[in-house]
Amino acid sequence: MNRNEKKTGMRLTINSSTDRLREVRDFVSDRARDAGFRDEVVHTIALCCDEACTNVIKHAYANAPDREIDIRIIPRRDEMEIVITHDGESFDPDTIKSPDMKEYLSHYRKGGLGLHLIRSLMDKVFYKQGNGSRYEVHLVKFHSSP
Amino acid sequence: MSTFKIEHRENNAINVLDLKGYLDAHTAPELEKTFQSLIDTNRFRIIVNCRDLTYISSAGLGVFMAYIEDVRRNQGDIKLSNMSPKVFNVFDLLGFPLLYEITPDEADAVKKFQETGKPPKAGK
Repeated sequence: MNRNEKKTGMRLTINSSTDRLREVRDFVSDRARDAGFRDEVVHTIALCCDEACTNVIKHAYANAPDREIDIRIIPRRDEMEIVITHDGESFDPDTIKSPDMKEYLSHYRKGGLGLHLIRSLMDKVFYKQGNGSRYEVHLVKFHSSP
Repeated sequence: MSTFKIEHRENNAINVLDLKGYLDAHTAPELEKTFQSLIDTNRFRIIVNCRDLTYISSAGLGVFMAYIEDVRRNQGDIKLSNMSPKVFNVFDLLGFPLLYEITPDEADAVKKFQETGKPPKAGK
């Protein structure tokens, strides 16, 4: 495998349709497994990428299915970083508070659970303005996390 | 190829939904449709058997939240059974066992319906 192929193997570009979510999960799971994460953590990472892509489709692209989402994996010695890039509407998840789940459930509230899951399960989550009008969601999992 | 399937059957006059495959933002509308059709036909005693459910994301959990109030207002309940540890962990992480009865086996869920039919209250 040459350098270029290897680089391509760490990147997946999909259109913004929910029928591509399984592909995202499979792609991220394979890379996480290759990086040495155990099964439970592989599932966690794939779930968080699914949630992040779902949020992009729903909120950044308002369910338009023909936009682009780029998923890039950066494996490092101590961690794996996943960068999800889109050029839709920016939304600042830092302004969204995680719900108090007891209160949430007792009032039968709906929605907003994806971000809560991501924050609970990943070791680092941050958002950055990318090139031009592109926005990046960064998810990081440490190899040392339980 | 569909990655999610729902089969509907009855067990002791209780509606059982057997879920199979992957429940995510793409497939959640199928489950919504099924719940809606049960409610539209006044069937409020529901067990969701998760034995063959491989995966669930928050979009799937959101479907249970969307219908539980309606179902309980009509003296029914949604109980869940036979979850794999992987699927249970997602429910557990979000505190859903506070609001939903989750039993190891379908038979336990049937028994609970026969005993009381009363759902647990969150936050109590």
